[in-house]
Amino acid sequence: MSIDLDVWEIVIGLEVHTELATRTKLFCAAPNEFGGEPNTNIDPLTLGLPGSLPVLNEQAVELAIRVGLALNCTIDRSVFSRKNYFYPDQPTNYQISQFDLPINGEGWLELPSGKVIGIERAHLEEDTGKSTHVGGGGRIHDATYSLVDYNRAGVPLLEIVGRPDLRSGDEARAYVSELRAILVAVGASDGKMEEGSLRVDCNVSVRRHGDAELGTRCEIKNINSLRSLGRAVDYEAERQIDMILAGERIEQQTRHWNEDEGRTLKLRSKEQADDYRYFPEPDLVDLSPSQEWIDRVRADLPILPAARRHRLCEQSGAEIAQAALIVERGLDDLCLAALSFGADPSRTITHAEHNLSDPKAVELDPEMFAKLTNMDAQGTLSSTQTKTVLAELVQLGGDPAAIADTHGFKAMDSGELDAVVDQLIAENPEQWQRFCEGDPKISGFFVGKVMKATQGQADGKVVTGLLTERIPTTAKE
Amino acid sequence: MTAPQESSAAGAAALTIAASVRSGERSALEVVKEHLEVIGQRETEVHAFNLVTTEHALAAATAVDQLVAQGEDPGPLAGVPVAIKDNLCTRGVATTCSSKILEGWVPPYDATVVTRLAAAGAIMVGKTNMDEFAMGSSTENSAFGPTRNPHDLGRVPGGSSGGSAAAVAAGFAPISLGSDTGGSIRQPAALCGVVGVKPTYGTVSRLGLVAFGSSLDQVGPFANSVAEAALVCEVIGGHDPADSTSIPQAFPAVSEHLSDGVAGMRIGLITEMMGEGIAPDVALRIRAAAEALAAAGAEVEEVSVPAVTYGLSAYYLVAPAEASSNLSRYDGVRYGLRVDAPTTGEMMELTRTAGFGDEVKRRIMLGTYALSAGYYDAFYGTALKVRTLIRRDFDQAYERFDALLSPTSPTTAFAFGDKTADPMSMYLNDVCTIATNLAGHPAMSVPYGLGDDGMPVGAQVLAPALGEVAMFRVAAVLEGSLA
Repeated sequence: MSIDLDVWEIVIGLEVHTELATRTKLFCAAPNEFGGEPNTNIDPLTLGLPGSLPVLNEQAVELAIRVGLALNCTIDRSVFSRKNYFYPDQPTNYQISQFDLPINGEGWLELPSGKVIGIERAHLEEDTGKSTHVGGGGRIHDATYSLVDYNRAGVPLLEIVGRPDLRSGDEARAYVSELRAILVAVGASDGKMEEGSLRVDCNVSVRRHGDAELGTRCEIKNINSLRSLGRAVDYEAERQIDMILAGERIEQQTRHWNEDEGRTLKLRSKEQADDYRYFPEPDLVDLSPSQEWIDRVRADLPILPAARRHRLCEQSGAEIAQAALIVERGLDDLCLAALSFGADPSRTITHAEHNLSDPKAVELDPEMFAKLTNMDAQGTLSSTQTKTVLAELVQLGGDPAAIADTHGFKAMDSGELDAVVDQLIAENPEQWQRFCEGDPKISGFFVGKVMKATQGQADGKVVTGLLTERIPTTAKE
Repeated sequence: MTAPQESSAAGAAALTIAASVRSGERSALEVVKEHLEVIGQRETEVHAFNLVTTEHALAAATAVDQLVAQGEDPGPLAGVPVAIKDNLCTRGVATTCSSKILEGWVPPYDATVVTRLAAAGAIMVGKTNMDEFAMGSSTENSAFGPTRNPHDLGRVPGGSSGGSAAAVAAGFAPISLGSDTGGSIRQPAALCGVVGVKPTYGTVSRLGLVAFGSSLDQVGPFANSVAEAALVCEVIGGHDPADSTSIPQAFPAVSEHLSDGVAGMRIGLITEMMGEGIAPDVALRIRAAAEALAAAGAEVEEVSVPAVTYGLSAYYLVAPAEASSNLSRYDGVRYGLRVDAPTTGEMMELTRTAGFGDEVKRRIMLGTYALSAGYYDAFYGTALKVRTLIRRDFDQAYERFDALLSPTSPTTAFAFGDKTADPMSMYLNDVCTIATNLAGHPAMSVPYGLGDDGMPVGAQVLAPALGEVAMFRVAAVLEGSLA
């Protein structure tokens, strides 16, 4: 990237739409299921038939409250409004959403880095159907014909509006990643970006460090993965900086991320705000969740990713970045359980970070994992042997000592190894002299000899240590 | 021509029919055939119906008779023919809202009120004509031609539920259902000389009622007597979990209080609805009604409810605003009329241009404007405040009074074309009824004699939210005072 981050500040605010994992749609009993033959998950309300009326889904409200509490939001009295606009995949030509009074007010989220990102609101609304424009340029204006599938119409969405507190593509990715972990943890969403369960609209602007005002922002749509998010932010920031440097004015636009071309393209200007003619939805009543309900939901919340990271750091001495990875893999409970069985903290974290990427690792028996970390720490097994045993433990289970035995990994007595080393030095005075003089190549000669003598039971690093110990003081100087 | 006196002399026909069908004395089939015959005789000149559902009615009547034969009770409206306003969804039977835009659409479900009527043994004989999407006060705005007042074919039946009012007045069915957004049950009831009830908002389910102004719309009955109207309210009313604005309780038990009288009740005559704009012969009849109530032992006084004078202005912002959104679904994409065009956008535009009549377009424009950015606060926002004021003024009046009295309509039925050239004069016809909808309160119209032109006059009885018992007691006394 050619952005000079000493001069420029990138300002990013994300709007994340998540489909709530309810059994039925937001305002009717039609199923909320991904896929399926077009226009099968429908009923009179989904099609906007005359005379149909919405009835709010209690499960959707509860999930919205769960997310709100997990994001430290206020849970408020809220009102549904109609957002009026004509589009064929919107069956009534208005979307029922929350406008001035959302269910979840101000909140915040903590990134693994410790940075706190503000949440403006998280409100309930219904999803639209899906249009396919056939022929012409593939857009509604020039298509030969258009097909509409209303299966998705009316699926509950929670729109989580973040404050423009993010400052880089990486940070934006970390935010979405954290948000997704929270949504999955509270059971609100399956978090699948590729199935559209999680959709990210990204507002990007740039300014020079020290500028008080925010720059004009552009909204980027069609971001379908975390990777795209980072790329899109970087591309868009560079585009805007280039324009400013060229003396051009940034126009407020909605832009489309083209994954193949790796760039954003103008969809439409937002200089004139759309007039959605919002007004309170007269077919629904105010939503005022009782304090008892909110308290019950709060009591039922699982421990959230940020708290899990902090807990792991405190109990194991892990670095926050290590903890973030381990929590993301869902291995923190395993590590904590292993520690309770007396596992070596440092080895526990190291293995969880580097050697347990297999999804099956979550099923490890913590007691056996603890035992292995100690065999490793005490030099009972070499690091290579430990890895072999660990891999087998993950796949097949069992006792690490028994696995080591079946491989013939014998416990080497350190006195035994001392004797072997001393004997080799005595037998190879010439090579020993070169070792003492600091010839790096000769180290391998001794390690090889030791391995041969011990049938591979010795730990290479330990052998090198023993050799180094034996260099006469004079030679070292 | 049926004289108004004869209509009321028909008495509680629905109750008589139900009793005789339940006892096996008469067959539902015979009752239905009789009514179909009356329809056959006069429907061509009255045009109360968009569709007469003969086959459906005969089949339903046969089913009722089978129940009776099996010793089962078909319900309190056994064998009673009903006419259903054509903005109430009927499964398998076209529902048009008297609009070209719903051409060919057949609902896959029944409105809750239709389900409840059928469960009580009532038999639908047809779907009644109306002003398109219930927008109008004369039924002249129907895409299928106007309904004529059975008492004088040269005059309008009122609207928007003109077909339902005319159907009862003409003897096509002893009861019918209408919807009332700003007076669309009460005003045609008054003009056709029948009883018409707009219940408290939320007491009758709106599921399956094609929406006009969702926060104002309410379904209610027409009948030739207060007792029949009371029974129908009890049958169609009560909580419906499928309507989020439905009040979770049973409809007030009005039938058992019809003979309670009004002795000791405090009744206010609304000052603002007795002066300017009210025809003297109508005002005279309402004063006579007030005197009749006083003679029956009520304390009757004039009372001012100042905010009602703003009702019309507020209504013509709130109702069109909601309508502009409710009617946006008619776009040719999923059902109803479609006018083909090269692009989707043009198809929607041409479909809506061809499918909606002038009054509907006028209100969509008005409502769209009222909700637009920059105008919302001045128009829709202010209208909502006026709504609160109206409720407050009514609440103050109801601290002193159990019920209120006024004319239902400022005039008797007017001639065709009288008000179509000037929408404002048409809107003014609803001046007495509109405030009730804005407040969400119940009100009903009871025939109270004739005007100078020999046409029926309706007295409107108003009550606070869920005050239906008081309202029906007053209505029953008024009805009795004419006999």
